[in-house]
Amino acid sequence: MAEHAVEGAVEEGAKLNIHPMAQFEITPLFGDGPIHWYTPTNVTLWLFIAIVAIVLLMVIATRGRNVVPSRGQSVAEMVYSFVRGMIVDITGEEGLKYFPYIMTLFLIILFTNVLGLLPMSFTVMSHIAVTGVLAMAVFTAVTLLGFFKNGTKFLKIFWISEAPLALRPILAIIEIISYFVRPVSHSIRLAGNMMAGHAVIKVFAGFAAVLAAGTPLGIGLIAPVGAIMAVYGLELLVVVIQAYVFTILTCVYLNDALHPGH
Amino acid sequence: MEEAMVTGDLVKMGALIGAGLACTGMGGAAIGVGHVVGNYLSGALRNPAAAGGQTATMFIGIAFAEALGIFSFLVALLLMYAQ
Repeated sequence: MAEHAVEGAVEEGAKLNIHPMAQFEITPLFGDGPIHWYTPTNVTLWLFIAIVAIVLLMVIATRGRNVVPSRGQSVAEMVYSFVRGMIVDITGEEGLKYFPYIMTLFLIILFTNVLGLLPMSFTVMSHIAVTGVLAMAVFTAVTLLGFFKNGTKFLKIFWISEAPLALRPILAIIEIISYFVRPVSHSIRLAGNMMAGHAVIKVFAGFAAVLAAGTPLGIGLIAPVGAIMAVYGLELLVVVIQAYVFTILTCVYLNDALHPGH
Repeated sequence: MEEAMVTGDLVKMGALIGAGLACTGMGGAAIGVGHVVGNYLSGALRNPAAAGGQTATMFIGIAFAEALGIFSFLVALLLMYAQ
């Protein structure tokens, strides 16, 4: 009896498209054709919505430029001073030259992450293609900056002067390997967190669909819906923290480039 | 007595078993994150005035420790759904 209910619900579930990984597919917005580089897809739609939201907050809300800020302007000022404080804490005053780049990273990741929490939306940062490019850009920029600013003294970040002389070559090899793993971990951290959270929510939604069909009056829905609410609250926290962590690690790598040497 | 028949291919079974095994990596990540936060808490309760400045360091430590658990979860997801 239970198996028939499960099978029926799984078939209904297939029509409802609750396969946990189906939400990460890139689909064209109009029609079902192949995806070229110029096809509007759900990725482009949600990136557009994120950029419109950023412009609304940062440009339109601060348009009045009141000395006593309005509500939108004070939120924009809080975000601005938060990122500025983070950069000054970690890289010092010289890092403020790179404030536009780091602010852009923080805002785009924060807004796309939070918009991905809306139902039926798409989380742009859940694809390694997107976060990989962001992390590679950070890595390339920081390495080139380190070499332009410091010349070959930039290589001092691999030569740890506090360690005993015999250990330094081995430590240097380990440091070089961990330096090149930086873009990998930087990108996979963000993409994995986004994909994992949304996949867990979708898995619980699948349980909810099965239990709604299987139990009388859908009374079994209480458990999975409660679980979805709990995971959703955790996701809200994780989303903001992941944007913060991406930005603060960018600041740490920038500090390595600007002030090399341990 | 009926014979039990196992249906489905061996590759899928191997992938699902591997996905289950990959999830044990998340236990280490949970211990790591708890270690970082626990040390921060014990330090913050001894010296509350200095605790505020180190919340940033705590979050960086949490991110590094959690990232490896996320890697293992990613492997599990890939084995389950992209196989």
